Amino acid sequence: MSELSIGLAKKIRLHALEMTHLGKSSHIGSILSIADILAVLYENILQFDPRKPKLDTRDRFILSKGHSGAGVYAALAEKNFFLVDELKKHYSDGSIFSGHVSHKGVPGVEFSTGSLGHGLSVATGMALSAKLDKKTHRVFNVMSDGECDEGSNWEAIMFASHHNLDNLVAIVDYNKLQSIYSPKLTLNLEPFRSKWESFGWSVVEVDGHDHAELTDALQAESSGSGKPLCVIAHTVKGKGVSFMENNNLWHYRTAQDEEYKDAKKELEDGI
Amino acid sequence: MRDAFVKQLTELAKKDESIFFITADLGFGVFDNFAERFPNQYLNVGVAEQNMVGIATGLGLEGRKVFTYSIANFATLRCLEQIRNDAAYHEVNLTVVASGGGFTYGGLGMSHHATEDISIMRSLPGVEVVAPCTAWETYEATKLLSQNQGVSYLRIEKGGIQIPPYPNTEFEVGKAIKMIEGSDISIIATGGIITECLKAEKILKDQGVSSEVISMHTIKPLDEDAIIASASLTKNIITVEEHNKYGGLGSAVAETIAKYNIDCRLSCISIDDVYSAIVGSQEYLRAHYKLDHHEIIKKAQALLQ
Repeated sequence: MSELSIGLAKKIRLHALEMTHLGKSSHIGSILSIADILAVLYENILQFDPRKPKLDTRDRFILSKGHSGAGVYAALAEKNFFLVDELKKHYSDGSIFSGHVSHKGVPGVEFSTGSLGHGLSVATGMALSAKLDKKTHRVFNVMSDGECDEGSNWEAIMFASHHNLDNLVAIVDYNKLQSIYSPKLTLNLEPFRSKWESFGWSVVEVDGHDHAELTDALQAESSGSGKPLCVIAHTVKGKGVSFMENNNLWHYRTAQDEEYKDAKKELEDGI
Repeated sequence: MRDAFVKQLTELAKKDESIFFITADLGFGVFDNFAERFPNQYLNVGVAEQNMVGIATGLGLEGRKVFTYSIANFATLRCLEQIRNDAAYHEVNLTVVASGGGFTYGGLGMSHHATEDISIMRSLPGVEVVAPCTAWETYEATKLLSQNQGVSYLRIEKGGIQIPPYPNTEFEVGKAIKMIEGSDISIIATGGIITECLKAEKILKDQGVSSEVISMHTIKPLDEDAIIASASLTKNIITVEEHNKYGGLGSAVAETIAKYNIDCRLSCISIDDVYSAIVGSQEYLRAHYKLDHHEIIKKAQALLQ
C-alpha cells in the first residue's frame, strides 16, 4: 500500500515542480510539504470513483490551504479524474487551473479555496450533513499551520466537537513556516496538540512524510468515538528538494533554469 | 416582517425536509417553536457568523436549502468573504436573512445600523437582493428565495403592512409592485420606509399632486421595465431608502435611467454618507437623517416647481 502512495507522492512532486515552473507560479514549498499527505489520502484513504466524481458515497476532501492547489490537480490527474496533459495549463492565460484550487470545470475538486480559514467550516457543514442523513462517508480537510491564526477555524473546531462530528478529520500541515517566518515568531501555536484536545478533538501526531504513519492515523476508525480527529502532520516545507527544504524563499520563488533541473533531478532520484 | 418570515419558514420546513435554518444565536424566543418542531432542520451555531456561513455552505453543497439568520450587519459584513467565496462562488442555495434593516435597531447604536448592506450585497455576482417593503412581501419573498439555486439576501425590518395592495397582487422576485397609481411623480422605495412614502402620497394628494408609489422590494435583479414605464409617465422620480447614498436603490435607479437615456428628473432620498453616532427610534432617525415623509414632500415640491 505504501509503495503505491510513495509512487504517487513522487509524481505529485514532479508534476507540481513542472506546473509551477511552466506557470512561473509560487508555493512549490507548500506543495512539496503536503505531497505525501495528498498521496496517502488519494491512494490509501479516500473512497472515490473518478468516473463519477459526485458519487454520493464518496469521501469528501477539501484543501483549505488552497495555495497548494497544484498538488491536488496533480493527484486528481494521476487518479484519472482528467488527463495528465491538462496540468500543463496551470496558471496560464485563460486556464481554469488557478493558482489557488478551484472546482469550476475541474472534476474531483470538492471545494475552491484560497483565502485561509474557510475550508474547515465547510468540511464541518458537510460532516454535519452526513450525520443528519445517516451517511457513512468521511470528510477530510487539509490545512496549514499558519492558517490556524484565522479565528474562523476555532469557531469550527468548537462546533465540530460540540456536535460530535467523528466523521470529520482535520489534517494540519505543520511545517513550522508560514508566510514570512515561523509560527513561533509570528503567532505561537504551541501547545498546539493540547489546544485541539482541550477543544474536544482526538489528536494524533505523525511524521507527515511517513506513509505508514499517515495511513495508520487516517485509517483509524474514529466513527463512534463522538470526537472529530485532528492529525498533526509534522512536515518539512519544500520536502524532497534539498535547497528548498525549510527555506521560505520557496513559498514565492519559481524554479527556473539550473534550479529547475537540479530540483527535478533530486525528485527523480528521490533523496 | 420577522413574524411573516418565521411563518413562511415554518410552512416551508413542514413540506420540505431539505429546508434548514441556522441562527448565530439571535432571535430569542422567536424560533423556539420552529426548533421544537423541526429539530433536524434547525441549528444555533453560536455567536460565530463566519462559521455559520461555512456550515451553511457545507450543508448547501450536500443539497440543503439553507437560511442563515442574524441581526443587521452580523449576517452580512462579519462573514462577507464566506458569503462571497464559499456560498456564492459555489452557487449554494442560501438565503442570508438580516433582521433589522436600516435603523430598525436605531437605539442600539451604529454597530446595529444596517445602512450599507444593500450596496455591498448587490455587488456580489449572482446574489439576489430583496428588501421587502411590507410583511406580506416578506412572507412571499421567503418562499421564492428558498427556491433560488444560489445566494439571496433578504433584508427585513419590524412591523410592516400585512396584506397585499390589491387582492390578487402577485409577488415575483425582480418585479416591482405598484402600491398606488399616480401621474405627476414617481416615488420608488425599498424596505419598510414605504410607509413614509404612503404618508407623503396622501399629503401630496391633498395638495393636488398625484404620486405613483412603487415598492422596489428587489434591488437585484432590478425591475428596469417598471422604472422606465414610471419615469416615462411622470418624468419625475424620487427614490427612498434607509441606506447610504452609494450603491443602493438610488444608485441602481440612476444607473437604469442613464443606461436607457430616459428623459426624467431624479431625486434620491438616502443617508448622506455618515455613520450615526446618535441613537433613537427608527422614526426619529428617519426624520433626523431627512428620510421621512416631510423630506419626500419637500423633494416632490422641488421637482414639480
